[in-house]
Amino acid sequence: MKHRAGRARQEGDAGALPLEKLLGMYRGMVKIRQFEEKAKELFQQALIRGGVHFYIGQEAVAVGACAALREDDYITSNHRGHGHCIAKGGRLDLMMAELMGKATGYCKGKGGSMHIADLDRGILGANGLVGGSMPIAAGAALSAKLRGTGQVTVSFFGDGGANIGAFHESLNFAAIWKLPVVYVCENNLYAISTCAAEATAVENIADRAAGYNIPGVIVDGQDILAVYDAVSQAVQRARRGEGPSLLEAKTYRFEGHFTGDPGVGYRTKEEVEAWRQRDPIAKFRDDLTATAGVDEAQLKAIWDEAAQELEAAVAFAKASPEPADEELLTDIYA
Amino acid sequence: MSEMTYAQALNQALREEMRRDETVFLLGEDIAGYGGAFKVTQGLLDEFGPERVRNTPIAEYGIVGLAVGAALTGCRPVAEIMYMDFMALAIDQLANQAAKMRYMFGGKARVPMVVRAQEGAGRSNAAQHSQSLEAWFVHIPGIYVAIPSTPRDAKGLLKTAIRDDNPVMFIEHKLLYATRGEVPAGDDIIPLGQADVKRPGRDVTVVAVSRMVHVALQAAEQLQADGVEAEVIDPRTLVPLDVRTIADSVRRTHRLVIVHEAAERGGVSGEIAMAVMPEVFDYLDAPITRVTAPNSPVPFNARLEGRFIPTPERVAAAVRSLL
Ligand SMILES: Cc1ncc(C[n+]2csc(CCOP(=O)(O)OP(=O)(O)O)c2C)c(N)n1
Ligand SMILES: [Mg+2]
Repeated sequence: MKHRAGRARQEGDAGALPLEKLLGMYRGMVKIRQFEEKAKELFQQALIRGGVHFYIGQEAVAVGACAALREDDYITSNHRGHGHCIAKGGRLDLMMAELMGKATGYCKGKGGSMHIADLDRGILGANGLVGGSMPIAAGAALSAKLRGTGQVTVSFFGDGGANIGAFHESLNFAAIWKLPVVYVCENNLYAISTCAAEATAVENIADRAAGYNIPGVIVDGQDILAVYDAVSQAVQRARRGEGPSLLEAKTYRFEGHFTGDPGVGYRTKEEVEAWRQRDPIAKFRDDLTATAGVDEAQLKAIWDEAAQELEAAVAFAKASPEPADEELLTDIYA
Repeated sequence: MSEMTYAQALNQALREEMRRDETVFLLGEDIAGYGGAFKVTQGLLDEFGPERVRNTPIAEYGIVGLAVGAALTGCRPVAEIMYMDFMALAIDQLANQAAKMRYMFGGKARVPMVVRAQEGAGRSNAAQHSQSLEAWFVHIPGIYVAIPSTPRDAKGLLKTAIRDDNPVMFIEHKLLYATRGEVPAGDDIIPLGQADVKRPGRDVTVVAVSRMVHVALQAAEQLQADGVEAEVIDPRTLVPLDVRTIADSVRRTHRLVIVHEAAERGGVSGEIAMAVMPEVFDYLDAPITRVTAPNSPVPFNARLEGRFIPTPERVAAAVRSLL
């Protein structure tokens, strides 16, 4: 059942999608990149505490996948969740305030980077437990099916997450009950220091789809249009009631695993450099200018707008108060 | 004697036991070349090779389950679980399998395994990476629970745990790894079930667990300024629990305060209090008191987290309320 995603449109043909949609996707990637770079800076200034897992390098996956979704569709995320949240429409100001532990943040400063959720936008939460969100995604899909809403759930997880028992249970559940869920594995080759090849018996995570009798699709995770096409097909299939799919986006994290990991030692400089040459934003920029008739000025305007939005978000977060002491004991039960 | 960190002491214990007994092997996520998320296994791959220092997939249920199977059949595995919170994924293998085998099989099985995990708040790691869950294991007959607070205890207890023929849940604290202390060279074995009086005193007994031992010692300093002498006892293992040392102390001081970082409800303070109650009831001048985290998840915000974790001030105030 496994196949490599062929593009629905001509190779590199960005022009087949409405320009507004394409620019929206570009804006999404830019927002993630800028948000993460700024978060890195704020962490170095000790304005953000704890550990932060940056999404830099993987932007095409979250944005490409979420561009294939309806506003009321769901996503579940993992520890590396900022990109997923922004791609699904999460607000930068509320995210930044949360990272800084402020009362105005998405979780009142009580959750932090790894626990951002925006239930009104279908963002069912980042997750600190690897694999923890995979059965939750199947559950949300079951709920959509029972309620007859036509909503689809996309579940993001990593190559490391593919090895935990929850992966198997979730995919089997989704397959036997034909649940409207799309499992998107972001294979960035490493789980902390552990190389996927060392921890996984198959060459591709998507190969495992055969074990659940569902489609398994491999896609270039640095190519946002390829991701968009593959996820669109899987989402349509799910919405038609034909059940889940397993997508594998081959990608790479440009940074270390988290703020406490320089990201070298277990990876060679050459490998990191080679992947940095495959920057998904640069690639999309080239696609847009080459085939969609977009000019540099338009792209620059998007970049500058995003920077302004981010600047306002940071100012909002900095000016926001810390949570009151009483918040320690609120929100424990409904 | 040499001074070293808690992490280095654990590393020495692993190294020495692996040299001593070739059936000892390690498994866990990122423990080989990376040396573990908290660098406890650093350098062990170089000495013992990948057969005995095994990087695993992210699969806590499997890690602990494989340890059970290996222990049942002649090895002495030491499994590392990166954060105590993830033991929720593996507790079935420890509680339903490892802990029960000897009993269920009529005394025929031995399951000599150690599961190491670190717990505790204080690093803004939020609700899923900061819990103190020692009480979960205390409740299951068939598992020993060690929870050292100093480098010396960490080394001595880990060596004992590895040599013991039972499953041992070995609980470290993320804020203790960098703390330093004197550690005797070689086989400084610390038996399970032997508490340590970390500071003698005559006015009140403070029993503290894990990092809270240091918080209690700071409280004792503050109290000393007021002429109050607190005796600080570290049980070091919660199962078996050294009831005698605690009870002897309380019979002298007539007061008992128990301190842990775990949430109050169902925490080991209740167990410790009830374990000593029959021996100390007639000697008490005040109700047994506890200082713990509140019954809430661990908050991300640093200030709220600071309010969550018991402080020396709170411990000292609890002591004063008994005088
Ligand atoms: C159940 C569980 N085990 C271990 C961890 C520690 N941990 C956090 S992220 C991570 C690696 C995840 O790798 P992958 O799924 O490939 O995602 P990536 O970090 O590469 O995006 C590990 C081991 C965890 N958070 N949860
Ligand atoms: Mg990965």
